[in-house]
Amino acid sequence: MSDLSLETAQAATATRRPARVLDVVVLIAVVLGLWHVIGTWTHGVAIAPPLQTLVYLAGLLHTEMFWSHAAATLEAFLLAFVLSALMGLALGLIFGVRRFAGEVAEPILAGFYTIPKVTLYPVVLLLFGLGMSAKVAFGVMHGLVPMTLFTLGAVRNLPPVLVRTARVLRLSPGRTMRWVLIPACLPDIVNGLRISFSLSLLGVLIGEMFSSQRGLGFLLVNGMAQNNVPLSTAIVTVIVAIAIAANTLMLRFVRRFARRADEMAG
Amino acid sequence: MTGQCHVSLREAVRRYDGPPAVHALGPVNLEIRRGEFFSVVGPSGCGKSTLLDVISGLVRPSSGSVHFEDKELRGEVPDGVGVVFQEDSSMPWLSVRDNVAFGLRTSGLPKKEVAGRVDHAIRFMGLAQFAGHYPAQLSGGMRQRVCIARTLVLRPRLILLDEPFGALDQQTRLLMGDELLRLWRETGATVLLITHALDEAAMLSDRVGVMSARPGHFIDMVETGWPRDRDSRVISDPKFGALTARLWSSLREESLKTMGHAA
Amino acid sequence: MRRRRAAFVVRAAILAALIAMLEVGCRTGAIDPLTVIPPSDMVASMVGQIGSGELDASIVSTFSTILIAFVLAVILGIATGATIHRFARLRDVADPLLASYYSVPTFIFYPLLVALLGLGKAPLVVLGILSAVPAVVISTLSGLDSVAPVLMKVARVHRLTAARTLWWIVLPAALPHLFTGFKLALSYALIGVIAGEFILSGSGLGYAISFAYQSFDNRTMYGAMLFVLLVAVIANGILYMWEGRLARRRSRG
Repeated sequence: MSDLSLETAQAATATRRPARVLDVVVLIAVVLGLWHVIGTWTHGVAIAPPLQTLVYLAGLLHTEMFWSHAAATLEAFLLAFVLSALMGLALGLIFGVRRFAGEVAEPILAGFYTIPKVTLYPVVLLLFGLGMSAKVAFGVMHGLVPMTLFTLGAVRNLPPVLVRTARVLRLSPGRTMRWVLIPACLPDIVNGLRISFSLSLLGVLIGEMFSSQRGLGFLLVNGMAQNNVPLSTAIVTVIVAIAIAANTLMLRFVRRFARRADEMAG
Repeated sequence: MTGQCHVSLREAVRRYDGPPAVHALGPVNLEIRRGEFFSVVGPSGCGKSTLLDVISGLVRPSSGSVHFEDKELRGEVPDGVGVVFQEDSSMPWLSVRDNVAFGLRTSGLPKKEVAGRVDHAIRFMGLAQFAGHYPAQLSGGMRQRVCIARTLVLRPRLILLDEPFGALDQQTRLLMGDELLRLWRETGATVLLITHALDEAAMLSDRVGVMSARPGHFIDMVETGWPRDRDSRVISDPKFGALTARLWSSLREESLKTMGHAA
Repeated sequence: MRRRRAAFVVRAAILAALIAMLEVGCRTGAIDPLTVIPPSDMVASMVGQIGSGELDASIVSTFSTILIAFVLAVILGIATGATIHRFARLRDVADPLLASYYSVPTFIFYPLLVALLGLGKAPLVVLGILSAVPAVVISTLSGLDSVAPVLMKVARVHRLTAARTLWWIVLPAALPHLFTGFKLALSYALIGVIAGEFILSGSGLGYAISFAYQSFDNRTMYGAMLFVLLVAVIANGILYMWEGRLARRRSRG
């Protein structure tokens, strides 16, 4: 689990003080400033400056072309994410409860997590053909493993005393599940969802970038190929913004649980 | 044992400017005699550890002064002082032998001398079979021995111990107490032991200082009158019960105060 | 220990069975040979390509890129991590940034990098660094956090200089965390660089696979793919074992 735990290391130390508003403003100004400098310095051959990007983006959001590509990405992503989440949850629970199966499976899963999965994309294409299903499959290849590993870890690291308490209170298996197991595992499961979300999005986008005629990934590469710098910059901006927003939301959720756990402990 | 003064504190106070600001210690007036075994007991959070930090030179008093061997301390640990902390401070990446030798890394002593002192300290603390082990392979009590041995190689004239046996079980504590007495007798060092265990203080010390609730200052001083060659068997001496009872009667009020604070 | 060995045996058996099934499926025609070639052919193709030296240029190009990206990521990451650790105010700002960095598919910057730096090694190196640096920063932070305050007190009791405190106490105490960071940095750099080569590049192993795919040369593609995956798995496995040995010495048992 050490591979994945690092991704949530920051979430775990989330009891830190919030940053000062001034510092955050300065940070955003620095990022925008850098972006602007790179954009203007290179005369917009690679990156459009922030203002130009925003203006272009505002226009882009009114075109049907953008929304049809966005819808294609969203559809593939949602399918991939939901499949990853549900399958990962089920597999994780099975491997967590069946200890031996978990011991057998974990190194395989962890190994799969660290290999360059892009190289397998041709196989996915050969199996599923060009189109939506290949993108979804590739998204699932990215998103399934972290979800499984997080759920597995959550179940395995459950304090045994909780299970014993449930038995002392003579809770039925169903109530043990509902009142003890799931609440105890929830922060880890949400963390798994968070990583799974990011990675299945990455999988879908890479799929679109490599070979597809639709989706934001395609639009990005296409914008590059046609020297439409504002378009590619705008697409990157949209994707980054969505990814950060979704991640922040889920992090909030995790932290609320973490804080509650802290208060209970302290 | 000579009556000469080894450590002295005059009106020593320690405040931490917060937020929140905390008046942790003092004013404390104290003289520890050369070669004395002196213990400090007090309710939890009374500033015992702060007292140790101040005496060791790790922390400067906010006002007042601390002298060790007639020299005033100014936020530096002086030569001749060894400290054993409450937490396990053995270094997990070093073997027992290297942990013990750590204290002499900067000493500039010839290799042979270093090896001799390390061997002696390891044997003295009963670690000879474990010299090649790593701390993770040892029990908590053994690890604390490693930390004591690491201090011993420096041949300190003043040994400060901050609840070194706090995490150990009762039997191990009694045996470690015997070790500590043996060490004290053989090195001739002055020992300052901070503890929350009244029986430990009553059994080991020449003199016990009882501290008040925070800000800690001394509210009682008890001479035990034990002979120098005592060991843990003094707990069956009738005097031991009387000593412990005296310490507890001094401390009870103060402990109640801290409980009230906590609630 | 016995259980672990049993798990290992079962795992090996399952993997072997899967490979055997694939082999049989391909040989009997149950699996379309235009989709997947038999594993034995993959191995033969890989050995052939390595033996003939046709992969040499790609191998050198890919691994030198990964190495440069990894080394730069380690240097940059440690410097950044140590700086953030030093200044609490900086850290308050950096923490949320680091927490959301993983959610950003860094890879989508690659086309921009190519446009900025031209098609070649440079954008791949930058992509590798972008993928690897956060792991090093985070592990540096958690490594420095993990140095027990009591050990810093020990340093003061022994009157160590700042340099010696760093070298004798802080570094060894933080090493397990740092090592985990390095391990992740290497695998992220590898993933980033090969993905970059795969999507848009003119050289390297990723490009070789992608080129073979585009030219319907399944045999070459599967051989190169197997090679890349084997290297990744073996490299990660070695680092994983090292990490385990490092951790075992410090944990009970």
